[in-house]
Amino acid sequence: MLSIKNLRVSIEGKEILGGINLEVKAGEIHAIMGPNGSGKSTLASVLAGNNLVEVIEGEVLYMGKDLLKILPEERSRQGIFLGFQYPIEIPGVSMVNFLKTALNEHRKYNGLEPLSASDFLKVMREKKALVEIASSLTNRSVNEGFSGGEKKRNEIFQMAMLEPKLAILDETDSGLDIDALKVVANGVNKLKTKENATIVITHYQRLLNYIIPDYVHVLYDGKIVKTGGKELAIELEEKGYEWISKELAINSSPAIL
Amino acid sequence: MNMGEVVPKTDIVKKLVDSYYRNADILNKSNSVFINEKREEGIKYFKKLGIPGRKNENYKYTNLEPVFSHPFRNAISPSNKYFDRDQIFKCDIPTLDTNVILLLNGFYFDRKTPLRELSSGALVGSFAKASTEYPELVEKYYGKYAQITNEGLVALNSAFVQDGIFIYVPKGIVLQKPLQIVNLIASDDDIMVQHRNLFVLEENTGATVIVCDHTFSPHKFLTNSVTEIYAGPDSRFNFTKVQNEHNDAMQISHTYLNQGENSKVTSNLITLHGGLVRNNFFVRLNGNGCENNTTGLFLVDKRQHIDNYAYIDHAKPYCTSNQLFKGVLDDFATGAFNGKILVRRNAQKTQAYQANNNILLTNDARMNTKPQLEIYADDVKCSHGATVGQLDEDALFYMRARGIGEREARLMLMYAFANEIINQIKVEPLRERINHLVDMRLRGELSRCQNCAMNCG
Repeated sequence: MLSIKNLRVSIEGKEILGGINLEVKAGEIHAIMGPNGSGKSTLASVLAGNNLVEVIEGEVLYMGKDLLKILPEERSRQGIFLGFQYPIEIPGVSMVNFLKTALNEHRKYNGLEPLSASDFLKVMREKKALVEIASSLTNRSVNEGFSGGEKKRNEIFQMAMLEPKLAILDETDSGLDIDALKVVANGVNKLKTKENATIVITHYQRLLNYIIPDYVHVLYDGKIVKTGGKELAIELEEKGYEWISKELAINSSPAIL
Repeated sequence: MNMGEVVPKTDIVKKLVDSYYRNADILNKSNSVFINEKREEGIKYFKKLGIPGRKNENYKYTNLEPVFSHPFRNAISPSNKYFDRDQIFKCDIPTLDTNVILLLNGFYFDRKTPLRELSSGALVGSFAKASTEYPELVEKYYGKYAQITNEGLVALNSAFVQDGIFIYVPKGIVLQKPLQIVNLIASDDDIMVQHRNLFVLEENTGATVIVCDHTFSPHKFLTNSVTEIYAGPDSRFNFTKVQNEHNDAMQISHTYLNQGENSKVTSNLITLHGGLVRNNFFVRLNGNGCENNTTGLFLVDKRQHIDNYAYIDHAKPYCTSNQLFKGVLDDFATGAFNGKILVRRNAQKTQAYQANNNILLTNDARMNTKPQLEIYADDVKCSHGATVGQLDEDALFYMRARGIGEREARLMLMYAFANEIINQIKVEPLRERINHLVDMRLRGELSRCQNCAMNCG
């Protein structure tokens, strides 16, 4: 589904990702872990098409297509979803109008008729129940006055509405208390099928107790330095990221004798 | 806007003064003696004050010299053109239950019943007719707040005043239906229109007035109108003005609102279209405990120019005022906002707020904004602020990341920006209508008066 080859990107002239390789297949859950500043969010941004991120070199294929040439809105319509680390407040744009426009753009792309107002509200009701989001929130402007946790829950709600093929969840667990974390994780698990894939970007192992990854990648200083199964996350949690840096230092430093 | 030759201001003033004396007989024919006396005063002050130039701080960003240079015919008599209102004019709001009043080129259109007395005793109709039928009533309010001694164009209007709309709501009466005034300009030549409206709300009254400005033929027009509103003690007045004129129309409107004790007035100024628009909005809170909300929204593109001037005079204590003006400027459009709050020495416990937010869609669009506070009382809460910016790029990306195309996302953001003002409109069908018009305007589907058969600019 997604194939990243030797991806190097910079932000404002500073190289953030220094050659990423990653293969994601349908039905898989990948976790990307790493300390602050390792480039996790930059990876999410480049996949979603944020133009602040500049690609220096490399290739990203999504369903066989050159993803980097596709506009952000097209990426979304083709099934890519980015759950934002910091969801944006848009005063004056109602959640209903926002989601209806988005959903109908997706439908149009797939050659479907736009949903009627009543059908749309029906879909919205179903998905709201799935992620346990209150109507008091969905009746407001997009993210306006939402708490940190509410914003994250709203991201999962939007994901439920748009039913992406590839979901990239950028630190969706940060700022969540344990109950909210369970709801969010539960939402992700319910939306999981054999046809879609999820990339979970997280700093902590905690979320991975609820969303069980098939692969765990450690992003360090702009590179994936370690890949393993779900047990790698537990090891990281125990030993901390320093363990990785030490291990790297040992591996890379020439033997002195 | 191609203005042709610019005539020196002294020549313009001379031309207008000459026109005044030449037409004195016609001008004096249909109004009361009192109005005609004021006319003399008006021309005297106009001679002295002239047309405000750029040296006048209040007109710094709007050059009126080229505006008045054009050889307009002064529309001092009602046009005799046959006009089937229902046939070609469908600008009214279908679901809005209003009493529609039509003003054509500054004259009350319905000559069979120039002045209607509603069952409540309220009067609605021609200003000229009212000035002769109810001279004491008109004299009591006419020119009491509108300033001929320091506004050259108000003096000019007072000199040439012929007709306009007169509304009188007697004590204790609340008008249930909104009054919709359609102010239409249609002519086979380039004309200047100077109508005069007088709205009087006595003590403990209520009314809603909607004014819609339209142009209906592809000629150059200049409007220099004055509206005086007296909102008596404990009155409630809702006022909405929708300006939707073509690119060759220039409009200078002066509104003077005088509020009595505990009155509450809400005004919305929606500028959808127009070549050059200058709105002067003067509010005097002349009794304790008044509330005033004045909001404005303008959407300009191409080479349109908009200039809003708002002046809120807190003359008495315990009053609250809120001003919010928002604008979206596209292409080469230019705009100005000048908002002033004056809090007089004895106006303690004043709360006065003012904000002006603007979005520039291109590098060529320009906005000048000047919020001003002048406070002489010491126990007050006042704030002002102004912003000029672009659409929020983060919000745009967020929307695009959900599949919303860039153009649509931009439209949604602009619409959201405008919505804050539209939501202030109290009459629901009107609000929906304005919503729709603004949406169409932002989409570029409303380039002139909607439903207009003419293909003017």
